[in-house]
Amino acid sequence: MSGAWRLPRGGRVDRARPLRFSFDGKAYTGLTGDTLAAALLANGVHLVARSFKYHRPRGILAAGCEEPNALVQLDRGGGREDPNLRATQVELFDGLVATSQNRWPSLSFDLAATADRLAPLLPAGFYYKTFMWPAGWWRRVYEPRIRAAAGLGRSPSRPDPDRYLHRHAHCDVLVVGAGPAGLMAAAAAVMSGARVILADEQAEPGGALLAEPGLRLDGMDGAAWLAAALGELTAQPNLTLLPRTTAFAWHDHTYLGLLERVTDHLAEPPPHLPRQRLWRVRARQVVLATGAIERPLVFPDNDRPGIMLASAARTYLNRYGVRVGARVAVFTNNDSAYATALDLAAAGVTIAAIVDCRADPGGELVQRARAVGLPVRPGAVVTGTQGRLRINQAFVAPLDGGGRSSPVVCDALLVSGGWNPTLHLHSQARGRLRFDEKLWAYVPAELVPGEQVAGACAGSFALADALREGAQAGVAAAAAAGYRAELPALPAVEAPSWSEPAPLWRVPLGRGRAWVDLQNDVTAKDLELALREGFRSIEHVKRYTTTGMGTDQGKTANVNALAIVAAGLGQGVEAVGHTTFRPPYTPVTFGAFAGASRELQLDPLRRTPSHAHAEALGAVFEDVGQWRRARYFPQPGEDMQAAVGRECRAARQGVGLFDASTLGKIDLQGADAAELLNRVYTNAWAKLTVGRCRYGLMLRDDGMVLDDGVTARLGPDRFHMTTTTGGAARVLAWLEEWLQCEWPQLRVFCTSVTEQWAAIGVCGPKARDVIRAAGTDIDLSREAFPHMSFRDGSVAGLPARVFRISFTGEIAFEINVPSGYGGALWEALWQAGQPFGITPYGTEAMHVLRAEKGYIIVGQETDGTVTPLDLGMDWMISKAKPDFIGKRGMARPDLARADRKQLVGLLTRDPTVVLEEGAQLVEDPAQSLPMRMIGHVTSAYHSANLGRSIALGLVQGGRERIGQTLWVPMPAQPAIAVEVTRPVFLDPENRRLNG
Amino acid sequence: MVNDAYRRGRSAAPSHGTMQRYSIFSLARNALTGHRNWQAAWRSPEPRPAYEVVIVGGGGHGLATAYYLAKEHGITNVAVLEKGWLGGGNTGRNTTVVRSNYLYDESAAIYEHSMKLWEGLAQELNYNVMFSQRGVLMLAHGSHDEQVLKRHIHADRLNGIDNEWLTPAQAKAFCPPLNIGKELRYPVTGAALQRRGGTARHDAVAWGYARGADARGVDIIQNCAVTGVRRDGDRVVGVETTRGYIAAGKVGVVAAGHTSVVMAMAGLRMPIESVPLQALVSEPVKPVFPCVAMSNAIHAYISQSDKGELVIGAGTDQYVSYGQRGSFHIAEHTLEAIVELFPIFSRLRMLRQWAGIVDCTPDRSPILARTPVRGLYVNCGWGTGGFKATPGSGHVFAHTIARDEPHPINAPFTLERFRTGRLIDEAAAAAVAH
Ligand SMILES: Cc1cc2nc3c(=O)[nH]c(=O)nc-3n(C[C@H](O)[C@H](O)[C@H](O)COP(=O)(O)OP(=O)(O)OC[C@H]3O[C@@H](n4cnc5c(N)ncnc54)[C@H](O)[C@@H]3O)c2cc1C
Repeated sequence: MSGAWRLPRGGRVDRARPLRFSFDGKAYTGLTGDTLAAALLANGVHLVARSFKYHRPRGILAAGCEEPNALVQLDRGGGREDPNLRATQVELFDGLVATSQNRWPSLSFDLAATADRLAPLLPAGFYYKTFMWPAGWWRRVYEPRIRAAAGLGRSPSRPDPDRYLHRHAHCDVLVVGAGPAGLMAAAAAVMSGARVILADEQAEPGGALLAEPGLRLDGMDGAAWLAAALGELTAQPNLTLLPRTTAFAWHDHTYLGLLERVTDHLAEPPPHLPRQRLWRVRARQVVLATGAIERPLVFPDNDRPGIMLASAARTYLNRYGVRVGARVAVFTNNDSAYATALDLAAAGVTIAAIVDCRADPGGELVQRARAVGLPVRPGAVVTGTQGRLRINQAFVAPLDGGGRSSPVVCDALLVSGGWNPTLHLHSQARGRLRFDEKLWAYVPAELVPGEQVAGACAGSFALADALREGAQAGVAAAAAAGYRAELPALPAVEAPSWSEPAPLWRVPLGRGRAWVDLQNDVTAKDLELALREGFRSIEHVKRYTTTGMGTDQGKTANVNALAIVAAGLGQGVEAVGHTTFRPPYTPVTFGAFAGASRELQLDPLRRTPSHAHAEALGAVFEDVGQWRRARYFPQPGEDMQAAVGRECRAARQGVGLFDASTLGKIDLQGADAAELLNRVYTNAWAKLTVGRCRYGLMLRDDGMVLDDGVTARLGPDRFHMTTTTGGAARVLAWLEEWLQCEWPQLRVFCTSVTEQWAAIGVCGPKARDVIRAAGTDIDLSREAFPHMSFRDGSVAGLPARVFRISFTGEIAFEINVPSGYGGALWEALWQAGQPFGITPYGTEAMHVLRAEKGYIIVGQETDGTVTPLDLGMDWMISKAKPDFIGKRGMARPDLARADRKQLVGLLTRDPTVVLEEGAQLVEDPAQSLPMRMIGHVTSAYHSANLGRSIALGLVQGGRERIGQTLWVPMPAQPAIAVEVTRPVFLDPENRRLNG
Repeated sequence: MVNDAYRRGRSAAPSHGTMQRYSIFSLARNALTGHRNWQAAWRSPEPRPAYEVVIVGGGGHGLATAYYLAKEHGITNVAVLEKGWLGGGNTGRNTTVVRSNYLYDESAAIYEHSMKLWEGLAQELNYNVMFSQRGVLMLAHGSHDEQVLKRHIHADRLNGIDNEWLTPAQAKAFCPPLNIGKELRYPVTGAALQRRGGTARHDAVAWGYARGADARGVDIIQNCAVTGVRRDGDRVVGVETTRGYIAAGKVGVVAAGHTSVVMAMAGLRMPIESVPLQALVSEPVKPVFPCVAMSNAIHAYISQSDKGELVIGAGTDQYVSYGQRGSFHIAEHTLEAIVELFPIFSRLRMLRQWAGIVDCTPDRSPILARTPVRGLYVNCGWGTGGFKATPGSGHVFAHTIARDEPHPINAPFTLERFRTGRLIDEAAAAAVAH
C-alpha cells in the first residue's frame, strides 16, 4: 500500500516499485516517481511545517519550486544533511529520512507557537521598536532568543562528503523549460541544425502536459504526444536534454548559470557521479518557456494545512494518483481551478463547493462543471476557515457583502488567484515588465537581446498558443543564431478555452489574519501598517515586512503584495513597480559553485623543479603566494633558529645552496624593449651593455614602490627581467596594461618565462670552487665575470645561463637552466659541494642575510606607501630621464616631506631581544593612549653572523634620528629600547660582494 | 572603552518633538487599537523652494548628516534629496560589518569615533539598529598575513582600540565552523579579533536616522534626483532636481557610487572609480555562526544575520560600472573560499545575490571635505567599507557643513591629498607582495 489517499490507478508513478521513507520518525511507503510531498499526501499527511515567525501549522501549498511552506530537512548520513528542501521538489528514494523544521518538541505541538498568541504585539517591524533596554541586553538577551526562534532548518555539522563538478558549454539556442512551448521551440531549433540545450528543473520533461489529462494533441492525449515528441527530439544529436536542471541566473551577454541535480534522487548514488553539476552556458539565443505559477488568494485564515493551490491538487491527482482530500472546496477568480474540480470529481472526490468571486462565470470549464452538477457558487468568496492542524470548514459569503456567511465542511480548500508568468530570468536579464490588466499579471514588456519568450511565461496560457509561440520562438532563435529554420507543423489541439479572470487581490470580508507571504508570516495588515508608517516604496514595504524575502523569494506572494500595496496607495499595480528579481531563481548549493576547487585544487600549487631534493634534505616548507618554498633545512635536534643560524653562517663563511626558481622571469623582446624598461623603472637602461645586469625599482603611477628585481640585457633588443616571487603576475599585467593601453606604438613582446627556467643560487666565499668542481666552461674569475653580469655556458654538463648577482652581499652565482634540468643541477651542485661543506639554505636564512645587508623586500619594507626616497634609494632615480612611471606622483609635495617614514636599522639595547615584526615605535613609552606612533618594525631577526638581533623599520624622519633611542611598547611587558641606526649592518663597503 | 563624551551622548534624552516614542509599552498600547495609530516614521513633504542645507543622497551617511546637523548644530532647515528610496543605495545592500581596527591613526580615529556612536545608537535614535558586537575575526594564512595583522594589532593597541591575536585553536574556539586543518590550501595560522566589532541592521540605520532627522524638522524627499548643481561664480546656490529647482545655502553631496556624477554637475572631477561590489546570502538556518570572519588570502567574509541567513561577500568586480549586479565568477570565487574555510557549509544554498556600486578612491580612504566650490561639501569614497562609519561620518560631516571647517577627526580626509600625496592608504597597508 502506498498510502490510503492513493487512487487505485492513474498517475505517472511506478506502482510496482514502492519505496520506504520516514517523516519525523514515522515510517511510510511511497512510489517510485513520487515527490516527498506527493508521498506524504498519499499517506494523508498535510501538516508538514511551521512558519518562520509565528510557528503556525502549515501544509503543502504547491507542487513545485514555488512552495513556501513545506520545507523539510533531509539526512542521508555521513554529513549529508540538507536543510530547507522543498518537499515538493524532493524526489522520493528508498530509505529517505526527512524531518520537519523550526518546531519544538513536535510538529503538532510546538512550544514556540506562543509567538502566535503574542502576534498582536509582534506586527511587521516590531523589533525596530523594542528590545533596546537595557542597552547591553540586545546582544546578550534579546538577540540570541530571536535568532534561536528564526532560521528554519539546521546547518550541517560535518564537512560535505559529496563532489560537485563544473561544465562550460556553448550552444546556439538554450531553451529553458520543457513544457509544450519549450518542446516546440527546441524541436524547431534542432531541425535547423542549431546546437540546442533544453533544460527543465523537473525530473521529467513535459511541464503542463504531465498533469492535464483533458488535452488532446493530434488526436493523442497529452502523455502520448509528449512521449512521441520527446522520442523524436532526443534522437537528434544536436540536442542536449538536461532534466533536473534549473537555469538559475542570466548574466550579461546571454551567459546563464544552470544547476543540474545529478544524483540527489538516487538512494545510492554511484561513486563516479558528482552530486550536482554547475553549467555555465554561453548561448547565442535563449528561449524562455518557463511557464507560469499560480497565485493563492488572500482571505482570512488562508494558511491552514489543507489549503492548497488548485493546480497543485490537480498535479497530485493526475501525476501522482493522489487525492488531496475526500471533500474538497475550491475558491477561484478564474477558470483554471474548474479543471481541478472536474478531474477530482471524476476521481470520486466530493466537491463541496466551487466558490467563484465572479458574478457570472461562463467559460467552457464552468459550463462543464455545472453540467456534471458541481456546486458552483458565483459571486461568492471565502471569508474564513477553521481547523487547527487541518482545515475542516470554510466560510462562504457573497462578495457584495449582502449576505451571511455559511460554512462549507471540507478537508481541503483549493485556491486559485490567477497566474503569474515566470519572468525571473527575463527580469534578471534586465528585461522590463508590463502589468497586463486582462490577465492581471506582469508580462514581458519587450525582449532583451538574445531572448525569445513563449507560452505561459509570455502570458499565453492556452495550449495552442503555447505550441505556436514555442515553435515561432525556436525558429526565431535559430535564425538569429545563423541557421535557416522553418516553422514545424503544429499539432491540432483540443483544449478547453478560458474565460476572463477577475482581479481579487484580497477578500474584503471576514475577520482574522489574511496571509500574503506564508513563509515569512506577512499579513495584508502588515502591508498596510508599513504604508501607514511611511514605507511606501515597494522596496521599503518588502524590507519592513519581509514579504518575498523567504527561501521562495515570494514566488506566490509578491504580486498579491504589490496589488495590496497599490490598493493601499490608491495607485495602479504598475505604478507601484516591483522589486528587483535577483539570481538565483531557486537556491543553489554553495558546493556546486565551489566545484572541485577545494583544498589542493583551490589554487594551483607550484613547486620548483628541485622540490623533491629539498624534501629529501628534510626541508620545512612555507607557502609564498602559490609557491611552496623551502623555508629552512633543520638537522636532527635543530629548531628553526638553530637551523637558520647555521645556514646563515655557512652562506657567509663557506658556501650555501639556494633555490631561487620562484622569482618571476619575463622575457622582453623588441626594438623598444630598452625604452620600455626606461619607462617602467626609475633608473636608466639605454646604456646597459649586452651581458650586463642592472637592479631596477618599479613604481606605481603614484610614486610608490611596486616591485623590484634584476634585469639582464641578453641582446640589443632582448632582456631578461626578474621580479619578486609574489609580484610576477602583477608585473606582467602591469607591463601589458601600459603597452596595450598607453603605449601601443612601442614594439615589445613580454613573455612569462618563470616556469621555463630553474634557478639555483650558489653563494659564499667558496661558490666558485663548487661550480668549478661541478664542471663549467665559464671563466668565473673576478676579472672575467664581474658582479652584475651574466654568461652563457654549461654547468655540470647542462646548458646554463649564469648570473653573477647577489641578494646576500656575498659572491653569488645564480645558475639558470631549462627547468627540466633543475633537479639535476641541484643534485650536481650538492654533490660537487660536499668537499666544501655546501649547505642548503631556505627563505628564512635568505631573509636574514639580506637584512644584514639592508636589502629591502618589497611587501615587507614597502607596503604600497613607500617611495624610493623613503627607502634611501635616491641613487636609483635617474635625474636625466625625461619621464618614468611614478615620476609625476613622486613630485607631489607630500612625498618630499622630511618627516616621512624612512628606512632605518633598529638595534635593541638588549641584543638577545628580537623585535616583533609590525610592532610600533614611540618616542615616549610612558605617554597615555592614544600614543603618538612614529614608525614600525618591518623586519626583525636574530643574526647569527652578527651575534645579536637586528631589525629594519620605517620611522618618521628616520635618517635624522640615527643614534636616537626609541621605544617599542609591548603588551604585558616593559617597552623595549632600540637605537636607530643605518640600515646596513654588515660590510657596508661591499667588499665581500665584489670579491 | 566608552568615554564620557559618548556616554553623555547616549543618555541625553533627544528632544523628540513630535516623534512618537517606540518601546514595548507603545507596542502594547497600539496592539489594542490594531496598530492603526502609528504615525509615519517620517513625513513625505513636497520640496520647498529653498533650504539652508541640501543633502544630496538619502543613504545612511546623508541621513546621519542631516540628523546631526539638526541635533548638534540646530540647523533644521535641511532637505535630504534621494533619487530613489531611502537607503536603496549601498546602505541597503551592504553586509554590515562594523569594526574599527584600522591601521593608520587617521582611519582608526574616524572608525573608532563611529564605533562609540554605534554603541549607543539604538537608544540615541529610539530605533533598534540591532548593533550586535559579535566580534570580527580576520584570518591569517602564513607569515605575511601575520605580519600585516600584527602590525594592525600593535597600532590599534597604542590607539586604544581593541584588537587581539588568536592562535588557530583559539580562533576555532571562537568560531567553531572554521576549518583550521592542514589540508587547506592555505591553512589558517592565526587571526586578529576585534571583540567590539560586529554587525548591525542596515535598513534600520537609514530608517532610524531618517525618523530622527524628520522629527527635528528635516524634510526627507524621495524620488527626487539631483540633475544639476547651480553655481554663482565659485559659490553653490542650489540644485536642479527632477522635482524642480531648489535653492540652497550649502549643499552636501553624499551619493556614494554616483558622487562623481553629481560632482561633475558642479564642474568638479573626483578621484573616484565606481565599481560593482557583490554580496549574497544563504537560506536561513538556525544559529551556527557566532561572529564575523574574514580572510584576505582566501578571499571572502561571512556572518549570520538575525534571520539566520549566512551573509557573504568578497572583493569588487574588476571593472568600472553603474549596473547594480555583478559577474558570475565573483560569486563563484567567493563561495569557493567559503566552502574551503567552512566545509560544513558546502550543502547550504545561495538564496539571493546582488551588487552595489562602490566609490573607490586611490587610497581606499574616504573624502569628507570642503571643495573648491564654496558652500559645496562632499562625503564619499567609502568604497567597500563605509557602512561601519555611518554614524561617525554623519557626525563630523555635519560639523564640517555647519562650521564650514572640518572636525579634527575628518581634517585629514581632504580632497587635496590626492594632489599633495598625503594619502591614508589602508588598502596598500594590507597589500600582499611576497
Ligand atoms: C555588497 C556590499 C557590501 C558592503 N559591505 C560592507 C560592510 O560589510 N561593512 C561596511 O562598513 N561597508 C560595507 N559596504 C560599503 C557601504 O555599504 C557603503 O560604504 C555605505 O553604505 C555608503 O553609504 P552612503 O550613504 O554613502 O551611500 P548610499 O547608501 O549608496 O547612498 C547614496 C545615495 O545617493 C543617492 N543618489 C545618487 N545620486 C543621486 C542624485 N543625483 N540625486 C539624489 N540622490 C542621489 C543614491 O540613490 C543613494 O541612495 C558594502 C557595500 C556593498 C555594495
